Amino acid sequence: MSEAATAAMGLTLAVPRGALFGQTLDLLDALGIDTSEVRASPRRLLFSGSGLGGGVERIVTVRPSDVPTYVEWGAADLGVTGKDVLLESRDREVYELLDLHYGECRMVVAARAGDDALEESLRRLGLARVATKYPHIAARHFTETGRQADIVEVKGSVELAPLTGLVDAIVDLTATGRTLVENSLEVREEIVASTARLIANPVAHKLKAAAMDEIVGRIREVRR
Amino acid sequence: MIDRLPPGTRDVLPTEMRELRALSDRLRASFDAAGYGEVWTPSVEYEDTMRRGDERAARAGVYRLFDERGRVLVLRSDMTVSIARLVATRYGGVSPPVRLCYFAHSHRAVERGRGQSREFLQGGIELIGPRAPEGDAEVVALVLGALEEAGLRRHRIGIGDGSLLRELLAELEVPPERRGPLLEHLSRRDLVALEVDAEAIGLSPAARELLVTLPSLRGGPEVLDRAGGPVARAVEGLRELHELLAERGAGERVILDLGLLRELGYYTGAVLEVYDPAVGYALGGGGRYDELLGRFGTPLAACGIALDLQRVHAAQAAEERLL
Repeated sequence: MSEAATAAMGLTLAVPRGALFGQTLDLLDALGIDTSEVRASPRRLLFSGSGLGGGVERIVTVRPSDVPTYVEWGAADLGVTGKDVLLESRDREVYELLDLHYGECRMVVAARAGDDALEESLRRLGLARVATKYPHIAARHFTETGRQADIVEVKGSVELAPLTGLVDAIVDLTATGRTLVENSLEVREEIVASTARLIANPVAHKLKAAAMDEIVGRIREVRR
Repeated sequence: MIDRLPPGTRDVLPTEMRELRALSDRLRASFDAAGYGEVWTPSVEYEDTMRRGDERAARAGVYRLFDERGRVLVLRSDMTVSIARLVATRYGGVSPPVRLCYFAHSHRAVERGRGQSREFLQGGIELIGPRAPEGDAEVVALVLGALEEAGLRRHRIGIGDGSLLRELLAELEVPPERRGPLLEHLSRRDLVALEVDAEAIGLSPAARELLVTLPSLRGGPEVLDRAGGPVARAVEGLRELHELLAERGAGERVILDLGLLRELGYYTGAVLEVYDPAVGYALGGGGRYDELLGRFGTPLAACGIALDLQRVHAAQAAEERLL
């Protein structure tokens, strides 16, 4: 193959800061990728160099919900993010290669414990008001279950919305359910279970096939 | 006050225009030298015409209007159906091959914040008459050569088979009503959902393994040695095509990709996608459509490919920065 065609074949990896950060770095360690600098530099966003190992040339750390964006545009070849993020940005053109089986959580409908505001709104007003950070997932769930809903998008502290009467229910991600309980909310319905996924840029999946298959193969091995 | 543009549309100012014009002039010169005459077709066609060509192409054309007699017109989302109609209508008495090229805008829906174009400029070729693999080889070699003439250095072409995955599902005896969702997973390459569904259908472990690994095979001709069995026909076709391309000196730029699918429904053989490592999205695509012209009353084999010129231009600029 010509030199030009093989140039720059190292992989760029998008690692999510936040809940999946630690276990993602542990996985990379198990693959023989050096994450010591990433661990030591909480404010740095880009790490590069041949010293990373494992066919990885660069690591970028981004918000989990931004991982599909970086990967879709090819700014990163591979990335790790939650299935919840992928469901929320369903139309992004990324390949979903592996279920990494960590970062387990559930997308649920929750409402005030011992209160039937949700049912009453649906029955008497014909629609429910639902607050969420995941408007697409929430809208799809209510549509698919044949109920009308006004989706209210909020950026944080979703649990507050039903307590103040802003909405009847929320759609949110929960791992242990503790935050819900502490705010007097309870799970009413489970929409979908989520785990971390390995995603790939479609073009890099072809142009850097060998390096990518190598990483996927090694992840399958270390998980066994 | 600033007048805004609809999302996904934009103005082109002289510097970019000069470069775009130079790019399309070079491509056109290559196509012309190979005997591909340039054509224009109307930017609107009757919806019925588009639908007769391809249901999905008709649906992808999201901009519709009524004419003065109440008939539905659709702004084209794709040139190939129009070219098929043109050949069937205007070349009735001419013996193939017919070689045509075009440079024209098409339109499709966009989502906000995704960097998609509502209006995009395509340059493409259509070769009508010659069958696979010779016709495919001519189209692929011409497009690769034209891009090189236009100044690209690192471009590659992915080649797959549009029927391979359907044949694989049939061979694995997947119930027909279960094939749609599996094909959907395969086209999105959602391998996690693919494995889950394959298990739910009750496929044997060996069949599940094949369903996941076979569409993941991509690379040089060596990947064909690892395929075969239920998809022997497609593999043989890809091998012949690769040999013809290697003879033309284009073998190094080819990525054989057993999982490649294209969205449009009219492909019957090879499917093609053009890449450049400088950018993370495909620069264009196409394939063989041996049944499309028959729907317009002229049953002729055909193969074509279209490049998104603004994407090729972006790849050109990115390549220059990397050098």
